[in-house]
This record gives sequence, C-alpha cells and structure tokens, in this order.
Amino acid sequence: MGTEGLGLEITELRLGLPGCGDERKEKKRVFLDILGGDSGDGAGGDVKNRNIGVAVGWPPVCSYRKRTIIKMYVKVSMDGAPFLRKIDVNGYKGYSDFVRALENLFGLGDECEYIPIYEDKDGDWMLVGDVPWETFIETCKRLRMKKRVSDGGFQT
Amino acid sequence: MGYSFPEEVLEHVFSFISLHTDRNAVSLVCKSWYEIERWCRRRIFIGNCYAVSPGIVIRRFPEVRSVELKGKPHFADFNLVPDGWGGYFYPWICEMARAYPWLEEIRLKRMVITDESLELISKSFKNFKVLVLSSCEGFSIDGLAAIAANCRNLRELDLRESEVEDLSGHWLSHFPDSCTSLQSLNMSCLLSEVSFSALVRLIARSPNLKTLRLNRAVPLEKLSTLLHRAPQLVELGTGAYSAEIRQDLLSNLTEAFAKCKELEGLSGFWDVVPFYLPAFYSVCSRLTSLNLSYATIQSPDVTKIITQCPNLQRLSVLDYIEDTGLDALSLSCKELRELRVFPSDPFVADANVALTEQGLVSVSEGCSKLQSVLYFCRQMSNSALTTIAKNRPNLTCFRLCILEPRAPDYQTLEPLDHGFGAIVDHCKQLQRLSLSGLLTDRVFEYIGNRAKKLEMLSIAFAGDSDLGLHFVLSGCESLRKLEIRDCPFGDKALLANVSKLETMRSLWMSSCSVSLGACKWLSQKMPRLNVEVIDEQGDLDSRPDSCHVEKLYVYRTVAGPRLDMPSFVRTMNQNPAYRR
Repeated sequence: MGTEGLGLEITELRLGLPGCGDERKEKKRVFLDILGGDSGDGAGGDVKNRNIGVAVGWPPVCSYRKRTIIKMYVKVSMDGAPFLRKIDVNGYKGYSDFVRALENLFGLGDECEYIPIYEDKDGDWMLVGDVPWETFIETCKRLRMKKRVSDGGFQT
Repeated sequence: MGYSFPEEVLEHVFSFISLHTDRNAVSLVCKSWYEIERWCRRRIFIGNCYAVSPGIVIRRFPEVRSVELKGKPHFADFNLVPDGWGGYFYPWICEMARAYPWLEEIRLKRMVITDESLELISKSFKNFKVLVLSSCEGFSIDGLAAIAANCRNLRELDLRESEVEDLSGHWLSHFPDSCTSLQSLNMSCLLSEVSFSALVRLIARSPNLKTLRLNRAVPLEKLSTLLHRAPQLVELGTGAYSAEIRQDLLSNLTEAFAKCKELEGLSGFWDVVPFYLPAFYSVCSRLTSLNLSYATIQSPDVTKIITQCPNLQRLSVLDYIEDTGLDALSLSCKELRELRVFPSDPFVADANVALTEQGLVSVSEGCSKLQSVLYFCRQMSNSALTTIAKNRPNLTCFRLCILEPRAPDYQTLEPLDHGFGAIVDHCKQLQRLSLSGLLTDRVFEYIGNRAKKLEMLSIAFAGDSDLGLHFVLSGCESLRKLEIRDCPFGDKALLANVSKLETMRSLWMSSCSVSLGACKWLSQKMPRLNVEVIDEQGDLDSRPDSCHVEKLYVYRTVAGPRLDMPSFVRTMNQNPAYRR
C-alpha cells in the first residue's frame, strides 16, 4: 500500500545508512515465527498449551492483578526424580521465597546439591536469579533442578 | 475599558469554577484575572510530575490546599518501565512542607514515595486530611504508622494497588484514641495481617466511616464483627471470602450484612467459597458498584449475584462470567455505565472459558447507559465491533484486549480495521481507546479522520508503516496521551509532526523503529520537550545514530531536563539553559 491518493507529504528523512532499519523486520519475523507464521495453520504443533507470553508486559494485565490472581504454573524437573512437579511462579514475592519453595517441593534440605535453572522464552537455559524477579516470572517457561557435581561444577 | 469588577467579586465568581481546565482557561483571559486566579486556586492537578518543577508551582499558586500528581507513564503498570526510572515524590514534599503549611490533600499515582516523605507529610501539615497513594511504591508500614500517629484530622487513607513493604509491626494501633475523623480507609493492597483488635477499635470510634476496604489477611470469620461496628458503611471491601463450611457463620454474616442499610459498593472477594455468597444477597438491590474481579467463582454463581442487582452501574468481573453471564447482565442491569472483564488465564492461548465477543455484543444491546468498557477476550470480529458501535454511540472509553497479538477477525481472517473504524465513527464522544488484534495502517486513517475527541490512545502490535502513526498525530485534535509498543513506526512520522508533541502530555514508544539520531534531532528542534531514551543495554554514547532505541518517552515540560535520571535513561540534548 502506498501513499498515493492521500495527499500526504511526509518529509523524506534519511538519518541512517542505507540498509539500516532491518532490525524491525527481524523483530517482526521472530514474532510471526512464534505466532505460527503467516500461513495460520497450527498443524504439527500442540497449539493447545501454547503460551501467549512472547513479550514482556503482554497481555496488559497490571502487575498488581498478576500477583494477586494469575496462576502461572510451570513444570519443574529434578535430575534423578521419576516425575515432574508444577509450581506457580506468580505465588512468590521474590527469589529467596521461590527457591525455598522449590527446595521444599522435592524435599531438599540445606545440602543444596541442586542448582535451579530455567528455560526462557527464547529456549535458552539460564541460571535462576540473574534477571529482575518480575522479568523472570514473565519469561520462565520451565524449571530444572540440576545436580551439582562434586567439584562444584555442573553435571552435563 | 475603565472599570472592572473588584477583585473580591471576581474571586467569589472563580470559587464556583472547579475544573482544572476551566481554571486554566480563566487564567488566560488577562493579566489581572491570572493574578486573582492564581491566588485563589486551591486544587492543583499535575498530570506529569516532570512537566513542571515544585518551585514553579509554588511560585505561581501560593495558597494550595490539595495536590494531585502523577509520575510514571501508564505502561509502567505492565513492567515496561524499568525500576529506578523516577517519579520521586521527595523533591515535592520537601518544598511543599515549607510552602504549604495548610495543605490538606495529597493524591499520587505511580510515584515513588519513601517512609521519610510520609513522615514529613505527617509532621508538616496541621490540617492534613486526605492521602491517596494509587499504584505507588517505595514505602513501608513504618511510613503508614507515622501518618496514623501524627495526622490528627485524617479523613481518608487510600493505598489502592500500591506496593507496600510489609515489615512486621502493627501500624493501625498508631492511630491515637482521639482520632475519630476517619471516613475512608483502603488497605486492600497490604499483604500481612493487621492487628484485628486495633482495627475494631478504630472502626468503633469512627462514626463517619463510609469506605472500608480490608486486605486479604482479614478472615471471613471476623467480618461480621467489623460490620456490626460499622453498619453505616457505604463501600465495603471484604478480606478473603473463605472459611470452612459452617451454617452458624453463614447466619452471622447474613445478619451482619442485613444491618448495613447504606451499603452501595462491594469489592474484595479473594478466595471465594460460594457457600458464603448468599450472605450479602440482601444488599444486592442497592448495589451500584461491584468488583468481583478477584473472585474465581464460576458463571452460575456470578450470574446469581448480578441478576439481583438492578441498580448496578459499575461491574468488574473475571471472564468466568462467560457469555451466558453477560447475557444475564444485559437483561438485569439497565443502569450499567461501566464494565470491566479481566482474564482469568491470560498467558494461555486456548480458551479456558466460554467468553467471546458475543458477551460484549449482548451487553451493548441491553445496557443503554454503557459508557466505559474494558474487555479481555480471545476472539473478535469486525461485525461484532460494528454492532457494538451502532448499539452504543455513547461510549466514551473503549479498551479491547484480544489476548493473542495480531489476531485477525476470527470469521473472515481479515484485519479488524473496519470494526475499530466503526467504533470511532459512531462513538463521537470517545475519549479513550485501546486497540488490539490484527490492524493495518487503515485503522489509523479512520482514527485520525474520525476520533476528534480522543484524548488517550494505546496501540500494540499494530500498523504497517510510519503512515499509521502519521495519521494519528496529524488527525487526532484532542490527543493528549499516546502509548505505543511493538509497532513498525519510525522516524518519519515522528519528525513530520514535531509540533503536535508539544500539544500533548506525553508520547511513549517502545520496541518500535525510532532511531537514536531522530531522538537527538527531535530534541534539538523542540527544546520544550524532554526526549528521554530508556535503554538498558548501556553505552548509548558509542551507538550509531541509526540504531533503534528500546524505549522512548517524550513529554512537554517547562522544567527542562530532569536531574534525577538513572544511568539507563538519557535526555537528548541536555541544555542547562532551560533549567528552572
């Protein structure tokens, strides 16, 4: 669609190098990818449990309401445990509360053999605790209690 | 023109003019009216705390009794404004404490207020009466204790949706026994328990208490005790509405509610156990306002309640109400002015409830006085929007949130341009609009051409090009606030409409395509705008002008660039010549 016929004159300003501004298109592509692309078919994917949490602050539910009412259950696995658990990430005030609850979920004490990691909306596995709590709630898709190895590193 | 009215006469006439916009107009008539008006203005409203400085306000209006301030932009509600951005009340209270010893009322929205500031309030104003902190943060129970202890004539303490650090300690008992002036108390946002005995005593000695909003921690078993002490209540917010099933508890509660003959508004209702809902049925016929938006009760229970409320004017509810409940609403509540339907499970794509566009269409048909809508849903169609628009041309606020970004008309798979176009076409008094769904530049052309009374517009994941933004900026004459996220709007439209920005309160653009260079250019061209770039990645100085900024917040100001910015916020073209 063009500007013809609308009688509008938008000042043609070029403030960047030619070819710049492709960032925008890339961003859009990522959204479309997440949303299933232009084809609009949901074939091949389990659409039912697809999350709408692709962008921070969307849907626009204010934080007060989110903290109060919205349950955001994510799966938690633990290395060596036969089944997974679920935890409502929205039910905690911050990281210390939350990690304690995670430990309780699996009956872990102070030995702290396990490190909590999470999969974010980009599909990357991250260490719990780096980002602000509010951001963590919105971007955490899945959790895992990863077993520490004896030299203090991580079992791969 | 030799003679004019004596000052006293003009002052008396002005005393009947209360709207801020009218007062502002009066002050522009001539110099002497400006002078008279500024000495007799008692209420100040500042929609953006950075648009003006405390010093300027105090110099112009020396006899103020009531101050209302707003801080962070609206999108801060959705975590789009990083912590530490600003909106501090401290600089204001420091100066007002000195300049306004007779200040009675402070109302803040989205501001950061510390315990220190609260203490300063409590000690500086002998006749302090009203404190409203809406969506504020930065303070704790200690600050509240200071207010309780020192404000002898406190009438209203309203902490709606604020984030309060709940250290241990009972602040309610700091209200002295001599304090009997309380008319309104809203502590619904507090997380921890308050001392129940202190609460009962406070209520018992406050004969003028009209509004009481409890927090979740006040158990249902104790509610009847409170109601017996305050049968004159007009607005009640319950605590948690759950207890184990006990017939005697239900009877007590029913009896207590029955004694409240003045009750018109109800809210609270966390953790509802449906067994106890009938306790307040006796009140329903009088209810004008009902907030069930924290009640996770299903459609039949919700419907049972609202069909008993023929005088209902404002309803907030979760989407558990479903289309059937909204049908019932449209038949029972002919006085409805405002409807808000919130999502129970907003982060899941698949519908967990049977709530569709049909529910809203029903309400638009049955409720002829409906003016204000906030509606979260999962599907919408152009035909539904058009029907709603034709049914309700008297709408003044229409906020629709289709949960999935860029969702098309679910029937035709077309963009929703025509539907929203119908809204702005028929609803000629529309002041506030929030868009969602799949939208092209076309919808903005409709808005620019038709929405002449529109003051606030929220846009997300919409449009195709700068043309969309240009339509809005060049067409919407009454536009004051524009907030945009994740749209392909860039430099062209912004730079073609620079003077428009000075006629508005503010513009927010995040995850769009505005370049750093454009921000700098805008700021140089318009010295009375603060062009703030929010960028958490750091080293803005080393970035090329072509790179896109994360977030942009532009607002008009007479105070120059602000001095309290964190490292991730920069005002472009910081020119000291324009300070104070």
